[in-house]
Amino acid sequence: MFGDERCVCAIQRIGIGAKMSERFFPDGMPQPLADTTTLPFWEAAAEHRLVVQRCADCGQTRLPPSPVCAECQSDRSDWQEVSGLGEVYSFTIVHRPLAAEQSLPFVIAVISLEGSGGLRMISNIVGIAPEAVEIAMPVELVWEDMSETLAIPRFRPRS
Amino acid sequence: MSGRKACIVGVGETQYARWGKIGDVTEHALACQAIQRAVVDAGLSMKDVDGLASFAEDRNEATFLAAELGLPALRFANMVWLPGGGGGCAAVGNAAMAVETGQAEVVVVYRSLCQGQFFRFGTGGVDASAPPDPAPPTVQPANSLMLASMGFAMPYGLLMAAAAYALPTRRHMHLYGTRPEQLGLLAVTFREHASRNPRAVMGQKPMTLDDYFASPMIADPHRLFDCCLESDGACAVVVTTEERARDLARRSVEILASEQGAPQGYAFGPFTNANIADEIYATGGTEEMAKRLWGKAGLKPSDVDVAQIYDHFTGCVLMQVEDYGFCARGEGGAFIESGALKWNGGSLPTNTHGGSLSEAYIHGLNHVVEGVRSLRGESTSPVDGAEVCLVTSGACVPSSALVLGRK
Repeated sequence: MFGDERCVCAIQRIGIGAKMSERFFPDGMPQPLADTTTLPFWEAAAEHRLVVQRCADCGQTRLPPSPVCAECQSDRSDWQEVSGLGEVYSFTIVHRPLAAEQSLPFVIAVISLEGSGGLRMISNIVGIAPEAVEIAMPVELVWEDMSETLAIPRFRPRS
Repeated sequence: MSGRKACIVGVGETQYARWGKIGDVTEHALACQAIQRAVVDAGLSMKDVDGLASFAEDRNEATFLAAELGLPALRFANMVWLPGGGGGCAAVGNAAMAVETGQAEVVVVYRSLCQGQFFRFGTGGVDASAPPDPAPPTVQPANSLMLASMGFAMPYGLLMAAAAYALPTRRHMHLYGTRPEQLGLLAVTFREHASRNPRAVMGQKPMTLDDYFASPMIADPHRLFDCCLESDGACAVVVTTEERARDLARRSVEILASEQGAPQGYAFGPFTNANIADEIYATGGTEEMAKRLWGKAGLKPSDVDVAQIYDHFTGCVLMQVEDYGFCARGEGGAFIESGALKWNGGSLPTNTHGGSLSEAYIHGLNHVVEGVRSLRGESTSPVDGAEVCLVTSGACVPSSALVLGRK
């Protein structure tokens, strides 16, 4: 398991007291859980970089991060930053809260990420009325700083 | 090893109740009661039992139950590594493998749930009314592979199964024009089946399509009545050899085929994995497995007389009837609309007990129990002359299935 020191590094990189983003969800939302394999995703997120894991040997990308490449069995990988442009692959409008004072309903979506080698990720759609969300809608990344050490990638309609 | 062909000789269950209603009996005491009843139903004694099998990270460990129940020796103790409700049929399949190889003579498969004593599955274990932790939110250590994977779902509020399985269902609606009315008809059909079943938690609560549309939206397109019940209760199934079954009073039920598993790259399915192959995202993930199952059984979908299909959510049933080949991909909605799943006159009477939507949510082992009853002619919604029954376990997760035959 990783120690606190790696999170502290992330704080130092983004700088304590950095300007906090617009907020969409309350502090009490479930927090990410990570192990040493998946932590680099969240460390990059703290720096507002959305990354996917890429096999250093065959170039195949993958999410969530995993120890070996399922294509070529290599355990060597690096991290590729993506643009944050994407489109809605599927979604659900949720009417039950996860945390106190959460505004309802909210949208959970699967986003196809441009330039990621065909990957998708689970996230939220914000900045639009939930009933207006549609599959294939173009979206763009928006970071939500939950704290000085935790930024969550969410998506909104492309401007 | 023809004499060692596995069959099911007994089934049993406790009272089924709404979640939290069984608070004065422990979950393992309930498991013991279900196992006892199934063994009595088989005409066997606990002294005959030498194996126990379960699934989905069962809290009620086989080793302790074996001691509590007085098994003379525990020769087979099995847990299926398929999360959620995907492993019920696999546990029966593993029991069958154990008796066919001679590892054990009599294996009891069991499932017990007292959600009020632990947590409600439907909430994902989150108490939204709790005050937030005063510490600033940050990344927390994951102490299991499952939790590290959940780390890519949880921060977005994806913790409820109702939301997770809305994702493939919504995509199915987008691709094929599947409509809420079709999901609603499925829920209404299973409720009607439950109305004849005295064990069904919702047996006395009729449902119309208007009631369905009036039920509150949980995770669009899932309304409350698209979601299975959350129940307390236990059930059990006794597996032994045909040779042994010949001496027993009850009509035994043949296990014609059993399959289990997940497609390549599936992991836990759409709950945590957004990168399931596009061609199987809007499916139950069980199409490949279904082909293996029919091949093993030497049967085709049209040979099935009655089906017990895992119904955690209506859309997952719709996608499974396509996966198992009862209709073409994308035609599940029309298939349901045709009345195919109805006990009275449908081409594929399904969930004759009411299913998890209306009988009880015992992680689908109650579907195996009903499969056995339907072939013994003991279902409360009997299908005349039924000889072949398909039973499936949770779809949109790694899954398993059985084809049962009347002997």
